[in-house]
Amino acid sequence: MASSPSGKPVLYSYFRSSCSWRVRIALALKGITYDQVPVNLLKDGGQQLAAEFQVVNPMQQVPALKIDGITLSQSLAIIEYLEETRPNPRLLPQDQKKRAQVRMISDHIVSGIQPLQNLAVLQRVGEKKLEWAQHYITNGFQALEQILKNTAGRYCVGDEVSMADLCLVPQVYNAERYKVDLAPYPTITRINKTLLELEAFQVSHPTKQPDTPAELRA
Amino acid sequence: MIAALVKPVLYSYFRSSCSWRVRIALALKGITYDQVPVNLLKDGGQQLAAEFQVVNPMQQVPALKIDGITLSQSDFGPRVPGLRVIDHLASEMKKMIQTGRGLEWSSCRQTAGLAIIEYLEETRPNPRLLPQDQKKRAQVRMISDHIVSGIQPLQNLAVLQRVGEKKLEWAQHYITNGFQALEQILKNTAGRYCVGDEVSMADLCLVPQVYNAERYKVDLAPYPTITRINKTLLELEAFQVSHPTKQPDTPAELRA
Repeated sequence: MASSPSGKPVLYSYFRSSCSWRVRIALALKGITYDQVPVNLLKDGGQQLAAEFQVVNPMQQVPALKIDGITLSQSLAIIEYLEETRPNPRLLPQDQKKRAQVRMISDHIVSGIQPLQNLAVLQRVGEKKLEWAQHYITNGFQALEQILKNTAGRYCVGDEVSMADLCLVPQVYNAERYKVDLAPYPTITRINKTLLELEAFQVSHPTKQPDTPAELRA
Repeated sequence: MIAALVKPVLYSYFRSSCSWRVRIALALKGITYDQVPVNLLKDGGQQLAAEFQVVNPMQQVPALKIDGITLSQSDFGPRVPGLRVIDHLASEMKKMIQTGRGLEWSSCRQTAGLAIIEYLEETRPNPRLLPQDQKKRAQVRMISDHIVSGIQPLQNLAVLQRVGEKKLEWAQHYITNGFQALEQILKNTAGRYCVGDEVSMADLCLVPQVYNAERYKVDLAPYPTITRINKTLLELEAFQVSHPTKQPDTPAELRA
């Protein structure tokens, strides 16, 4: 896992990780070319736990982004750094109150839903994992649908793509994967559909990554 | 204009990590505010006849009314305030009667609070809670996110209630996992505090999480950096006045 000889940023990513997908979307939207190093969360007991990866990221998580001489993890921290250093196109609105809304929605998904249905937790939950995942996604989407009724325009907050949208799409993908009925969430569904028409959300899609298994490849 | 002259109002629960982070931020920035405690019902295996307080259940913690807006999920809550929650309460009470167990209001939503802190930082920038240097800012956010997304949600009230009997093991597992990673990252980033020598948003996240670790009897010996920084932070006034043992809603038996 040596650093890229090209000097380009290096993203350590798993094709199906929501957190990795968020960062892939951000990089695509901002037109940042990068090298990708896949880290398989299932193989070999979880490649993120291997000693070589620990040197890259002591927190042993994906995504990790090597950029500008540092290594960052935590998808929102990475996205905020990209926003500050490569500000165009924007991923956070200029208006402070709308920025707060974007962050609240992002936090709601990233802290309130995703961690409760991630791979590691579901492995620990065991047999009842499907029910568990459905419970937390449903709970989270009920609240989110209400939030979006107030904030959404074309996208989660108004009519510009923001960090909140980067969090939404991977979470809807997970909801579908865990067979959550999305009929009660028309706003979430509409926004998700609109976002998936954008190139950045397509090139970054789990079905199109270097490590996507053949049977899942688009 | 007028909104700016009105003191902010914080809806808070004394023991909520998420509320505590925001209380620290307000104290550090010298922002005076009014506090409205939101009592989460306690599960103490109490008799059905025991009194419990139900304070406006529509509030979520933390929620901050400031500058004419409310930063929380209750701002985005159901159009008919209270109805959905009253239904929930009624069904919880039925359950309580059926099982004879005490009720834990575990579905009162906790918001992570970082969006609130970032808003305070942007609108009241002094003293800073995020470093000026972009890379250090990223480190502060990384550490904060690790705690608020990677540790706290996995040991909050609602989840532990769902886990049931093995809740202590579960809480200890996730805090331990999270602290192992955190200790490693802090070895690289810490000075006097989590990132260098200035108090930052990361420190606001650390202290409440250590409090939880102690509450769930996690052995902190393997985490000397976490322990040292926590101790140093607790010497600061903002971390003391905001402490769970000193809030308007702190129960008498826990009061400092």
